[in-house]
Amino acid sequence: MAAYVNRCSNLLVFIFILSVFLFVDSQQTTPVNEQHTNTADNPQPAAESATQTAEEGRWEATEVDEAALGDSAADKLGVRASDTFVLTPTPQPKDDFQEELVIRPLHSGDIYASFQFRTLWETDFMRENKVSHYRLFPKSLGQVISKFSVRELHISFTQGYWRTMQWGQPFLPSPPGAELWVWFQDSVTDVDAAWKELTNVLSGIFCASLNFIDSTNTVQPSASFKPLGIVNETDHRFLRYATLPREIVCTENLTPWKKLLPCGSKAGLAVLLKSEKLFHSSFFSQTVHIRPVCQDRECKTTSWELRQTLNVVFDLHTSGQGKREWSLFKMFSRTLTEACPLASSSKIYIDVTDNPQEEYFELSPATPLLSQAVVLGDRRTFSVYDLTQQVTFGTVRSLNLLIRWKSTEGSMLRPLLHAERYVAGYGLQTGEIHTVMYNNHPFRSFPVLLLDSVPWYLRLYIHTLTVTSKGKDNTPSYIHYQPSKDRMRPHLLEMLVQLPPHSVTEVTVQFERALLKWTEYTPDPNHGFYVGSSVISALVPSSVAMDTNITQEQPLFSSFFPCKEESSYFVRVYTEPLLVNLPTPDFSMPYNVICLTCTVVAVGYGSLYNLLTRSFQIEEPNPRLAKKIANFIRRIRGVPLLS
Amino acid sequence: MAAPLTLLLVVAVTIRAALYRSSLAEVIAERVEVVSPITAWKRVIEGLALLDLGVSPYSGDVFHETPLVIYLFHFLVDYAEITFMLADVISAIALYLAVKEYNKQVVRKKQKFALEADRYPQDCLELIRSPKEMLYIPLKVAMFYLLNPFTILSCVAKSTCGLNNAPQIITPHCFKISFAVFLCLATYQSIYPLTLCAPAMLYLMQRQYIPVNYRRASFWWFVVQYLFMYLGSLFVLICLSFFLLGSWDYLPSVYGFILSVPDLTPNIGLFWYFFAEMFEHFRLFFLCVFQINVFFYTVPLSIKLKDHPVFLMFMQLAVISIFKSYPTVGDIALYMALLPVWSHLHRFLRNIFLVSCVLLACSVLFPVLWHLWIYAGSANSNFYYAITLLFNVAQILLVSDYFYAFLRREHHLIHGLYLKKKDGSEATLVLK
Repeated sequence: MAAYVNRCSNLLVFIFILSVFLFVDSQQTTPVNEQHTNTADNPQPAAESATQTAEEGRWEATEVDEAALGDSAADKLGVRASDTFVLTPTPQPKDDFQEELVIRPLHSGDIYASFQFRTLWETDFMRENKVSHYRLFPKSLGQVISKFSVRELHISFTQGYWRTMQWGQPFLPSPPGAELWVWFQDSVTDVDAAWKELTNVLSGIFCASLNFIDSTNTVQPSASFKPLGIVNETDHRFLRYATLPREIVCTENLTPWKKLLPCGSKAGLAVLLKSEKLFHSSFFSQTVHIRPVCQDRECKTTSWELRQTLNVVFDLHTSGQGKREWSLFKMFSRTLTEACPLASSSKIYIDVTDNPQEEYFELSPATPLLSQAVVLGDRRTFSVYDLTQQVTFGTVRSLNLLIRWKSTEGSMLRPLLHAERYVAGYGLQTGEIHTVMYNNHPFRSFPVLLLDSVPWYLRLYIHTLTVTSKGKDNTPSYIHYQPSKDRMRPHLLEMLVQLPPHSVTEVTVQFERALLKWTEYTPDPNHGFYVGSSVISALVPSSVAMDTNITQEQPLFSSFFPCKEESSYFVRVYTEPLLVNLPTPDFSMPYNVICLTCTVVAVGYGSLYNLLTRSFQIEEPNPRLAKKIANFIRRIRGVPLLS
Repeated sequence: MAAPLTLLLVVAVTIRAALYRSSLAEVIAERVEVVSPITAWKRVIEGLALLDLGVSPYSGDVFHETPLVIYLFHFLVDYAEITFMLADVISAIALYLAVKEYNKQVVRKKQKFALEADRYPQDCLELIRSPKEMLYIPLKVAMFYLLNPFTILSCVAKSTCGLNNAPQIITPHCFKISFAVFLCLATYQSIYPLTLCAPAMLYLMQRQYIPVNYRRASFWWFVVQYLFMYLGSLFVLICLSFFLLGSWDYLPSVYGFILSVPDLTPNIGLFWYFFAEMFEHFRLFFLCVFQINVFFYTVPLSIKLKDHPVFLMFMQLAVISIFKSYPTVGDIALYMALLPVWSHLHRFLRNIFLVSCVLLACSVLFPVLWHLWIYAGSANSNFYYAITLLFNVAQILLVSDYFYAFLRREHHLIHGLYLKKKDGSEATLVLK
C-alpha cells in the first residue's frame, strides 16, 4: 500500500514538474527553484515533519533531469520534447561537478560515511591537439589519461578490512591495501611499458608505493574486471590489474586526493575530510575512478567521468565514550557551512530505511526531504539535506547532523553473498588456501566469478583444486588459469562457480612455499608475505527491480556499477588478504655460506686434482737437517757434497 | 644365477608395492631429499592437469620434465606405480647384465692376456681376481641397487629420477654404437649425462679393439661415427619434442631451469643455500663456476682412466650426483650400486669406515633437522645446510678414496705388491 502511494506521489510530482518545465522559461535551474518555492509555500515545522510517516513525507524528485527527463517523460506523454524545447542561448558548460555524502547507521552500531564527488566533462582526451584548458577536471589526471591512452582507470587505497557480515555491502567495495586496474585504449601498442610508466606516475600523484607494481603482481583477468564505462571492445590484453595488500594508507595519500577536487578541502563536503579524524576509524577507503560515460540514452555524446569516493566507518564505541550518539562535528571535528560553489548538486543522504518510526535513532535537524533509491538490490529510503539550499543550514548558518540512538539491539544483517579466506596447514613447506563463499539467498542460485592472484613464491598446484558445495563436488563451468613464472608473474586463477541456494561453497587449492634469495625478503621476513584478496564478482538476484537506465539522475552512490537487467545487480566482494610465512635463510650468513660451500667444492676439486696429477712413488726418507746444512755450506765452498 | 635374481626382484617389488599401499608413500613423496623440483611426481601430475586445462605446461614454473615424459605419463598415469617399479627392475637387470659382461671381459681378456704374457709381477697374484670371487658380484650390484633404501624411497615417491637412471645404466651395456641412443635419452632428460659420452666411447673402443690413439685414423673415424649417432639422435629427440608440443618453450623450462637454478628449494646438494645467500652481482659468476665444475672433470679423468672406462663411468656418475644442481638420493643410489664392482679395492681404501658412518648419520639427520627447521621452528636453515655440507664432504671422500684405491692397485699391478726401498727395507707409497 505504502509503495503504491509512493509511486502515485512520485508520478504527481513528475507531472507537476514537467508542466512547470514546459511553461516556465527553460533556465536550467528553474525546476529546482520552482520546487523550492513550493517547499517554501508550505513550510512544515521541522519537529512535525520528523514524526511524519514515510508516505506523508515529500519525495525529492531525484529523477528530474534536464534533457533525459524531458525526452523520456515527453515520450511517455506522447509529446515530442524537441518540438517544445527552447534551447538556451548561452552554451551549456560542458563540465559538471556533483558531491554527496551518504551516511548509513550500521546495525553493529558503527557509522558508515561515504563521500562521492563526480566530475563530468564532455571532452576528448584522445584528440590530436592536446586538451589544455581545464576547469573542473584535475589537470594532473587529464594529462595522465591523454599521455597513456587510458580508457578506464580505477584506483583505491584502503586501510582496514570491510566486515561484510557486520556491515552489509559497501556502496563501492575495495580490498585492503592499494588496488589499481586500468583499461588501455586499443591503440596502445606496448601495454606493459605504458602500465609500468603509468604506475610510476600515479605513484607520484598519490604519494603511494604504486611503483612497487611490476610484472610479479600484475595480472590480466579475463572476465572479472569488465570495463564499467562505454564498452567498445573487451580484449583483456588491454587490461592490467594489480593489488598491493601491504600498502599502508595515511595522510600523505589523502592530501593529494583532496587536491583533485575542484574546491579542494576549502568548501563543500570536503571540509569534513580531516585526516586526524578519518584515520581514527575502523575502515578507510579512498578511490578514484575515471571512465567514459554516456550522456544520454542513445549515447550520442560521451563524456569523461571522474568519480572520487571516500568511505569511512567510524567505531561508535571508541569515540562516543559509551554514549551512543553521533554528529558531524564529533566525527569530523567540523560542521558544514556551505556547498562547494562549483558543484551543481551537493547533498547529504542519511539512510533511514530501518528507522521509519524513529525507533532506532533520532535524527536532528530533521529534514522534510526524503528520497528513495534502489541500491544493491534493496530499495532504501534516505533523508536528504540539500546543501545548495540556504534553508538547510538554518539560522546558525551551519549544519551539524546529529544521530542519537535509542535502542541498542540491532539485527544481524545477512548479505546475500559474502566470502572469507584463510590458509590451512602447518609448517613452512606446504599449505592450502581455502576460500569460502556463502550464498544466503533462500531459493535462488547464482553464478560468481572468483579471481585469485597469488604471488609466484606460493607455488599453486592446480590439480589439487577442489570446489565443494553442500558436501558435493561443484565443477566450475569456466576456469582460466595462468601459472606463475618465477620472479616474473603471479598465478592467475579465475573461475565461474554456480553457488547453490542457501549454501556454503569451499574452494581449496594446495601450494608449496618457496625459499627465496636472501635479497628478495622484505625487511621483516618473519612477519610473512601478503597475498592479495580474492575478488568475487557476481550478479546477485535482486528482490526489487533494478534501475537499468544509467543516464537517469540517480544518487551517485547507487549509479556506479552499470545495471544491465532489472532482476539482478552487480556485486563485488573482496576477501581478506592472506599473510603467509615462508621459510627463511639465515640473513647473517652470506659470507659464511659462500666460504663453506666453496670449501666443500674445493675439497672435491683438490682431492681429484691431487689424484689426477700426481703419481705413486716410493717414499725416500728425507736427509737430516744437519746434513742438509752441511751440503749447503759445501755447495757455497765448491767442495764435493756429502752423499 | 637366474633364480637368486628372480628372488631378488620379487623381494624388491614386494617391498615397493607394500610401501605404495602404506601411508608412508605420501610422506615420502613430499621429502625434499627424495624429490627435486625436476623429478617430483606432484609436478608431473600438475603438468598433466595443465595440459587438460589447455595451458602449456611450460608456460608456468612448476613443470620441468621433458615433453616425452609428459606424453609417456599421459598414457601411463594410471599405471604410474607399475611403471616406476618396472623402471627399477629394468635398471637392476641391465646393471646385472652389464656387470656380468664387464667381469667376463676383465677375467677372460685382460687378466688372461696379462697372465699369459707374464706381465704381472710375481708378488701381486693375490691382487688378481678369481672368477669364483666375481661370480656373485653382478647379483650384489643388482641387490645394491634394488634394496638400497635410497632407491626404494625414490621409487615410492615416484620420483622420475628412477626413469632417468634407467638409460644411464644401459649405457655401459652398449655393445653396439647404436646404443648411443640410450645415452642420448639420458642427456635429453637431464643435461649432465653428456659427460658419460667419454666413458661410453672408450668402452666401445675397447670392445672393438680400436686403440685410443689420436694419431690413428680409426680412432677419429670411430669418434665421428659415435658423435654422429649421439648428436643425430639428440637432434631427433629434440625435434620430436618440438612437434609434440608445437613450441620451443620446453628448452628454457627444462634445460634453462637445470642450468640457471632459479628454484632454491632445499635439497641434498650444494646449490640451494649457496645461491640463496649469494650476492646478486656475483650470482652469474658462481653459477658458471659451479656448472662448469660438473663438466670439468671429464677430460682429465678420461685421460687418466682411458684404459678403464667402467671405472671412469663410475667416477663420472659420482661427480654428477654430487655436483649437479638438483640432486636427489636416487642419483646417489645409482653410483652406489656400482660399489660392489670395486670390492677388490677394499684393501686399499683408507677411510671407508668413517665415511660410511658419516653418510649413515647424515641420512638419519636430514629428516630430523628438516623437521626442526620447517615444522618445529626450533632450528634454522643453517642446521639443514650443515648436514648437506657434511653429506657432500662424505661423498667426495668416498669417491676420491675409491679413486685412490683404484690407482694404487693399478700401480701395484705393475710394480709389485711388496715394494722395497733401495736398501731393501719395506717402502711406503706416497703421491708425488
